[in-house]
Amino acid sequence: MYTFMQLKKATLTTLTSREIRLVVLSNVSTQFFSSALQGYAKLQNINLNILDTDYNQIDFQLTDINSETYKFSPDYILLYISTEKLYEEFLDTNINERQNFADSTIERIKNYWHYINENTNARIIQLNFTEINDNALGNFSNKVDTSFVYQIRKLNYLLNESISQNNAVYPLDLLSVQLQLGASNFFDPVLYYSSKMAISINSLPYVAKSITDVLLSLNGQFKKCVILDLDNTLWGGTVGDLGPFGIEIGELGRGHAFTDFQRWLKQLKDYGIILAVCSKNNEDAAKEPFIKLPDMVLKLSDISVFVANWEDKASNIRLIQETLNIGFDSMVFIDDNPFERNLVKSMIPEITVPELPEDPALYLSYLQNLNLFEVASVSKENASRTKQYQEEFERKKTETLFTSIDDYLKSLEMSCIVEPFNEKNYPRIAQLTQRSNQFNLRTIRYTESEIESIAKDNNYLTLTFSLHDKFGDYGLISVIILEKVNDTTLFINTWLMSCRVLKRGVEEFIINKVINTAKENSFTIINAEYIPTAKNAMVKDIYKNFDFTETSENHYTITTDSYSQKENFIKEE
Amino acid sequence: MEKKEILAKVNEIGKDVFEDENLNLTETTVAKDVKNWDSLTHLSLINEIENNFKIKLQMREIQGAKNVGELVDFIYDHLKGEN
Repeated sequence: MYTFMQLKKATLTTLTSREIRLVVLSNVSTQFFSSALQGYAKLQNINLNILDTDYNQIDFQLTDINSETYKFSPDYILLYISTEKLYEEFLDTNINERQNFADSTIERIKNYWHYINENTNARIIQLNFTEINDNALGNFSNKVDTSFVYQIRKLNYLLNESISQNNAVYPLDLLSVQLQLGASNFFDPVLYYSSKMAISINSLPYVAKSITDVLLSLNGQFKKCVILDLDNTLWGGTVGDLGPFGIEIGELGRGHAFTDFQRWLKQLKDYGIILAVCSKNNEDAAKEPFIKLPDMVLKLSDISVFVANWEDKASNIRLIQETLNIGFDSMVFIDDNPFERNLVKSMIPEITVPELPEDPALYLSYLQNLNLFEVASVSKENASRTKQYQEEFERKKTETLFTSIDDYLKSLEMSCIVEPFNEKNYPRIAQLTQRSNQFNLRTIRYTESEIESIAKDNNYLTLTFSLHDKFGDYGLISVIILEKVNDTTLFINTWLMSCRVLKRGVEEFIINKVINTAKENSFTIINAEYIPTAKNAMVKDIYKNFDFTETSENHYTITTDSYSQKENFIKEE
Repeated sequence: MEKKEILAKVNEIGKDVFEDENLNLTETTVAKDVKNWDSLTHLSLINEIENNFKIKLQMREIQGAKNVGELVDFIYDHLKGEN
């Protein structure tokens, strides 16, 4: 972990990437907190500009429309209400009223959110509450609703409940950082009483990391896939030597550690992380434990891509990457063997390779502490993705049977449902805007609540595309947002597509649909823009290829009557 | 550790905290003699001293040292286990 001094120096770094503006609002002093956060974010290439407001100004900053908070036009407002300060307020309350403390505090916080939502488009990062046990009644405090322990725990529960009901608010689990570091390390009473700072200087880098993790995931940078070694990673021992019944797995001895590791991986998979296997083994031997051992938590059906051979792992990981069509920087490679880790790291520097501890008993807690799987949304569609990747293998096999690509595409019997944004698909649309990096013309990230307001705004026409073919369902794979510029002109504000459906005529189908939608609504001109990023070069020329005229660099236009429909083999439902 | 050594070490820490490679603290140096030595960098200096010497200074020591010499005395006492 970086030291506070390193972070402080990093605040002076100049970055050229887009500036992200964040306001820190707190009831304690936050100068060091803000420096640490800015330094950490800059070290992760986020060009973070922070307005650090004076302590105890939250009410004023949020209720006064002319406050420096609103003038700053922030992208994010971070609300950090320190438990230490709350505790003082709690003790200043009459003892007969203390049982209402959590309820009244949550109302106050919801009120803050309300003001923010009324006056800005900023997203809210809400820190939860660290704990203080003042041992006023010892263990018995947990039975008495006027005790602080009782109320602060209730408050954290109420906070989770309220955040889950508000799309503009993102939680930051400060309590977990306190638990990780220990309460006596996290809080420095001398610092608090000499400066009103409630987090020790040595803890600030950990807090800054946690907040930066959230900012990165809101910016679309998060992990999508875990590639797993087998022997001594998923189970103890070498299956090739010991046979499937000789390996260590189950509830006994060392096997228990591997079993718990698998339980955790299974949960990741249920939340949408793709699991892949990359093992130096014969394929049959490698698959045997999955098929024959009931103690294996992970089943073959949980694994999207299973590669077991004697090739080098870097080549195999490239193969996995091509099949899944996601960036190396969204992949994590887990292997107990330092040689394999170093090989992969040196051949594919973008991939994340945790330095797994030697003792399997420590795998799980080590990986959990790294917090590699921060996300900004979850959607139900995730659950069906493993099946989709397996279907993709079936398609790849079929592909080789046909001599012409057109014959192959026809044989897929593809059909597509086109519909405007609606309540059912807001989460999936928001998730796609946050996840899609490659086929994404302007890479504008939207939250669920922003998608909802676009859907309800007459200045926009919206389209979603859901594809299926004879092998299965792809789900919602493309999003279009058309912005009305004037009575005759539309602008393609957003066009993104899942890379899983590339080169099947879906692009052609979509652009036909965009032109037709424009015509049906009496628009004659469509303007478009390509904003280059490190990842979206694949769509650089797409508008040119669809007969748009380039008016200036990366800006395009077309008239609807000059457009001729492009051939494809997709039926609209 | 001798007071001279402590002073030298504090000077090294100070170079980092006050961002001045030519910093030359003496026993009689006070905060207002040093560029960048304000109430905030003071806290940061104290934290670095505590990390480096593996001691924990008291509130009165942090707020009450009248010059660098006295700060060095406090550190010296802590290292000797007198506090």
